[in-house]
Amino acid sequence: MAEREHIIEVKDLVKKFGSFTANDRLTFHVERGEIFGFLGANGAGKTTAMRILCGLSYPTSGEIRVAGHDVYREREKIKKKIGYMSQKFSLYEDLTVSENIRLYAGIYGLGRKQIASREEQLLERLGLIHIRSRLIGQIPLGWKQKLAFSVAIFHQPAVVFLDEPTGGVDPITRRQFWEMIHDATEEGITVFVTTHYMDEAEYCDRVSIMVDGRIDALDTPAALKQQFDSKNMNEVFLKLARS
Amino acid sequence: MKRFFGFVKKEFQHIFRDKRTLLILFGLPVVMIILFGFVVTTEIRDVEVGIWDRSMDQTSIRATQKIFSSGYFIPAGYIDHEAEIGELFRSGKAKVVVVFEEGFERNLLRENQAAIKIITDASDANAAQLTLTYLQGVLMNYFQSLNRDVELPWSIDIKSRMFYNEEMKGVYMFIPGLMAMILMLISALMTSVTIAREKEFGTMELLLASPLKPREIILGKVTPYVFLSFTNALTILLLGFLVFDVPMHGNIWLLMGECMLFITLALSLGVLISTIVKTQQMAMFMSLLALMLPTILLSGFIFPVDNMPKVLQWFSAIMPPRWFIVIVKNIMLKGSGFAFIWKETLILFGMTLFFILAAVKRFQIRLN
Repeated sequence: MAEREHIIEVKDLVKKFGSFTANDRLTFHVERGEIFGFLGANGAGKTTAMRILCGLSYPTSGEIRVAGHDVYREREKIKKKIGYMSQKFSLYEDLTVSENIRLYAGIYGLGRKQIASREEQLLERLGLIHIRSRLIGQIPLGWKQKLAFSVAIFHQPAVVFLDEPTGGVDPITRRQFWEMIHDATEEGITVFVTTHYMDEAEYCDRVSIMVDGRIDALDTPAALKQQFDSKNMNEVFLKLARS
Repeated sequence: MKRFFGFVKKEFQHIFRDKRTLLILFGLPVVMIILFGFVVTTEIRDVEVGIWDRSMDQTSIRATQKIFSSGYFIPAGYIDHEAEIGELFRSGKAKVVVVFEEGFERNLLRENQAAIKIITDASDANAAQLTLTYLQGVLMNYFQSLNRDVELPWSIDIKSRMFYNEEMKGVYMFIPGLMAMILMLISALMTSVTIAREKEFGTMELLLASPLKPREIILGKVTPYVFLSFTNALTILLLGFLVFDVPMHGNIWLLMGECMLFITLALSLGVLISTIVKTQQMAMFMSLLALMLPTILLSGFIFPVDNMPKVLQWFSAIMPPRWFIVIVKNIMLKGSGFAFIWKETLILFGMTLFFILAAVKRFQIRLN
């Protein structure tokens, strides 16, 4: 594979909470346009690392650049170039579909005309035109989830961070959701996704597996399966976690 | 800036779409004022008085008539036995009993001295105290009028007036306290709850990861409540003027300015609370416990600060509403200018600054 631009560059990232080390000298990079899976058990330190990359918390030490900007000094610039979708479903239940889209688009500084035309396109593609003025609280979870993702990439960020985006969603919607993620990469958006569904790891271009605050493995799913002599990612993960 | 306004607009949408919030915002002040104004009064009216006249002479009978013609008291009947006093109190037929000693008039004329005993039912201590004061006033008046006919070598003329509240109207006292309470409730409680809501639903993370700066988020959350709180302050004042004839002796703009200061203080307190709690329920609980109870009990709103034990007086000094109430009373009832309330204003200002700094500090800790 030809060496592509590194959209995220992490070197010796350490994050400590008192005497507890949540991230222990993480070093990795994410290439532009790939789907990067960030795997690990609950409490392995995935979310902590991701929050640092998003500018939600400061690292204790380490050199980190996101979309070409330094996380210590250029947070504001980073924030304009990234999208974020949190674990919890995070659109406003008491606003309508359309109001939610416009709110976030406005926060990311899009112009009125731009918002209007993109909103039209988006709703058309998702087939949600007919419920645009319905409150979010009244539409099914699957739709909400897709909408939340669409809102996170509405401003066409360089990277979108997805924190366990498919929690509590049925398998069919999950499948559709991953199709949307693929479509996003076609538009040149890099996807950084945490998950603990190991089958989803198969959809990623490369995955890293975190155990106890360290990255124990990092490669393409195929290479990892070969390396650990496993049939699927689940086995890889279990072997890593037990060693 | 456009970013910020979009965010504020969303905040207004939250408020206007939530019926419960709306009800609290606009129903509460009205209900409170009506309740405190009409039901919970500190005025006395139609207090039942029992009379035990052991003398039954002209002077004692006249004095009795004076009591009942004052307009504050109504007769609960005559008794002629000490045991009946307790009976009257227990059955609730009388709140106070006036006893004239035997040979009342004779003693008065011969020895220039006669005794009246006033026995009150002090199971409601405040009411008893008030009743006593009123009764003494009425009787003093009467006996002084007697003295006028008689040539005395000297005479003492005691006149008492209740300054700033001549008729001892309770509403005057309640309006400033109510303002403090409602502004506290709406500003501090509502903002802490609304910020906690963003945290609970996970939308706070999203906002923090967005190009909105933390201070824009906080200001955006707070801005609608500034308007709403101010509207509420005006509503309370207007209701006070129109329904209860509360006077406005001072400068209205000064009062508005002080209201804004207090609202800012309450809002920053709300933000501070929201940086400590994780859920809406916690926010509600903290606000009620940390703000409402002290506001009601320790601010001088209901119980006078001077009557509190020393320790509680110190506590009272760190309650922002206490100073606000003093300010409002001074401006509204006494017509004082800024020269008389700058100290209290400075205290409020200092507290506001402290809360803002503390909130900013807490917010930064959260990010690190």
